[in-house]
Amino acid sequence: MTQPASPPRPDETRKEPPADRTASWRTLTARADVRTLSLLGVLAVLILIGGITKPDEFLDTRNLQLVLTQASVIGVVTVGMTFVITSGGIDLSVGAIVALASVWATTVATQEYGFAGILFTAVIVGVGCGLVNGLLIAYGAMVPFIATLAMLASARGLALQITDGQTQIVTVEGVLDLGERDSYILGVPPLVLVFAVVTVIGWLVLNRTTFGRRTVAVGGNAEAARLAGIDVRRQRLYLYLLSGLCCGIAAFLLIILSGSGQNTNGNLYELDAIAAAIIGGTLLSGGRGTITGSVLGVLIFTTITNIFALNNLQSDVQQIAKGAIIVAAVLVQRRTAHTT
Amino acid sequence: MAPEPPLLTMSGITKSFPGVRALDGVDLDVLAGEVHCLLGQNGAGKSTLIKVLAGAHQPDDGTIGWRGETVTLRSPIAAMRLGIATIYQELDLVEGLSVAENVHLGHEPTAAGFVVRGKAARASTAALLKRLGHPEIDPARLVGELSAAQQQIVSMARALSHDVRLIVMDEPSAALDPDEVDNLFRIVGDLTADGVAVVYISHRLEEIRRIGDRVTVLKDGRAVAGGLPAKTTPTRDVVALMTGRNVEYVFPDRPVGPPSGEPVLKVQGLARDGEFAPLDLELRPGEIVGLAGLVGSGRSEVLETIYGARKPTAGQVLVDGQPLKSGSVRAAVRAGLGLAPEERKAQALLMLESVTRNVSVSSMSRFSRGGWLDRRAESGAARAATRELSLRPDNPDVPVRTLSGGNQQKAVLARWLLRGCRVLLLDEPTRGVDVGARAELYAVIRRLADEGLAVLLVSSEVPEVLGLADRVLVLREGRVVHTAPARELDEHRVLDLVMEGTS
Repeated sequence: MTQPASPPRPDETRKEPPADRTASWRTLTARADVRTLSLLGVLAVLILIGGITKPDEFLDTRNLQLVLTQASVIGVVTVGMTFVITSGGIDLSVGAIVALASVWATTVATQEYGFAGILFTAVIVGVGCGLVNGLLIAYGAMVPFIATLAMLASARGLALQITDGQTQIVTVEGVLDLGERDSYILGVPPLVLVFAVVTVIGWLVLNRTTFGRRTVAVGGNAEAARLAGIDVRRQRLYLYLLSGLCCGIAAFLLIILSGSGQNTNGNLYELDAIAAAIIGGTLLSGGRGTITGSVLGVLIFTTITNIFALNNLQSDVQQIAKGAIIVAAVLVQRRTAHTT
Repeated sequence: MAPEPPLLTMSGITKSFPGVRALDGVDLDVLAGEVHCLLGQNGAGKSTLIKVLAGAHQPDDGTIGWRGETVTLRSPIAAMRLGIATIYQELDLVEGLSVAENVHLGHEPTAAGFVVRGKAARASTAALLKRLGHPEIDPARLVGELSAAQQQIVSMARALSHDVRLIVMDEPSAALDPDEVDNLFRIVGDLTADGVAVVYISHRLEEIRRIGDRVTVLKDGRAVAGGLPAKTTPTRDVVALMTGRNVEYVFPDRPVGPPSGEPVLKVQGLARDGEFAPLDLELRPGEIVGLAGLVGSGRSEVLETIYGARKPTAGQVLVDGQPLKSGSVRAAVRAGLGLAPEERKAQALLMLESVTRNVSVSSMSRFSRGGWLDRRAESGAARAATRELSLRPDNPDVPVRTLSGGNQQKAVLARWLLRGCRVLLLDEPTRGVDVGARAELYAVIRRLADEGLAVLLVSSEVPEVLGLADRVLVLREGRVVHTAPARELDEHRVLDLVMEGTS
């Protein structure tokens, strides 16, 4: 539903004839499709632009694999972010958690435990940071913006302290191998598979489980959810844990991708993840979220970056274009909300 | 010599909102230097009338005369320029600004047109506060640090900082202690002695007797009596004017004989400091108990505390003899309580969601296997529950926000029906429900009770409580002042009780 809560119209539906019964349901689904279709349209236009400006390089299999691989890391973060935003919250600390998890998982000590040690550490650090966020917000009654801003600062600081500003090279073969072409499955990089699995699970959880339903209820009207008997605080705790978990997974993917851990990893991921979720159609005020839209948002941003890089345009131009797209997407959504 | 013309003449003021005619040709005239009281039940149109007078609402029809000239009050600023100031019930002060800044908000004394002369503002504020008998309030203090009574003084100082000829006070005594009320009356006396007119709104008849000169009674958007002498009109007459109704409600028949069985809900000495005094209550299956009282008498607070949404400072709630964990909504819901709150949109409904999801939200675990939702079972159960209440349209897939007020309320009831709740707490169940749909809602509530639900009903509409409930508790200022079977009470008696507390 794109429409905000409208003023009361007492008489309108009371006398609605039963013939209209399916009509509103049809518009409901149709409207959801319109948003997805328009995002797909934007993606198609971008692919067209890429194909025209750099026909050989852009449509090359290797390039497409690269685009999807790059989308995977931020994509996993965005899935977690979508849940948090749907619940009416925000997580500004995702980039910093990715950085901290990636450096903690790549210290000399951790690497001694091999593949499992790196994976385990990355996930645990992510979940741990999410736990702190969740406890502060759900039980410490802190505003999500402030709590996660504090986490952003502390996690980045801790990451710097661990690395002392040095890049930590990964020497564990099993991890590095996953980034190699040999390990692609039917031409699909393992990282992209992880992203796909996270997306599918995220979609199912949001749309088909009580957890997802509670998330939407808390975001749509926390007071009503509380009075309906939902444990709003526990739900909030779980949501930040989930976001932390996604950051941990993303950190592991980043380690595979870069073969290293750096305290500058995940820079501005929070902005990219929020932007992707918002242009995908998730309401920043909460109460409505779409994993499909978020993933399309991520793909759109990654494709733009790729096209700009292929055409040797500087990153400053990219940033400006991203900003313009965010504004345009929100304006278009507002427009459809008003006309329907 | 002709008598002095009225300061303000409002005639034929009409104002409609979608679905309601809030004011229907109201006349009001106010003389300079008098205290003119406005009386009426909740929803009679008092708030709308003073908002028209303050320039916050534009009337659809009617004329406003000010000192002999016809005027249009296009905006609050326009009203203020004429010398009409309004002190609302919910104080409209900025807590983060100082007293002086609040008093001069929008008309700060300035140098060179934009530099605020703080010292001058503080000096003039201090003078105003002195005139109001509160020289101890420091003009430099933040308004947020002041007590409710002091904030009211600041509000009044703000009104007086304009060249004011008419002050509207909306239930100014509601938040005040008795000695603060005395000070308020002294201020009102000073103002009228200076020739300022005061339009005074209050539910308390004894206040109106003390300071009022004339009374205008509003009912269902009409002025049923204008300019009655405030001190000599008998209470009976005033109450009769307020209650005489055009709309006849149709209430379902009560079951024969008193409800039997053990009480399902027992409330023992439940209290919240500053909201309501210790309260005892028993509710049997099949029984509807009504809580009557004015806005601010603690009705909603009682319900929300029983439900665990507010933590009691004393006492306990028992369901089937088992005490509930205090201050826990989840415990209450698990024990079989359900609340249909006063503010449906803000407290009960997920406005972006379908009827189904709004109905199933409290029973989700029933449709889940390991967290996985069986959406077919969910939608089937929601459909059955909404059908049972004849919710229209008969399609639980539509968004809940497209429903009329009465059907939205049915969606909330269906939620608790589906949950299998045994005690239903209803807070103003017919607020925002149009008159035609009310009878149907009454019938639904009575049927649920007949099927064994215990119902606790809060309403500010006395006929509703009397018509629907079996037993009535009258609340006044957080205390139960009277308990009786509904058939032994009538509307006059209850209004006497809620307003004067003489039992």
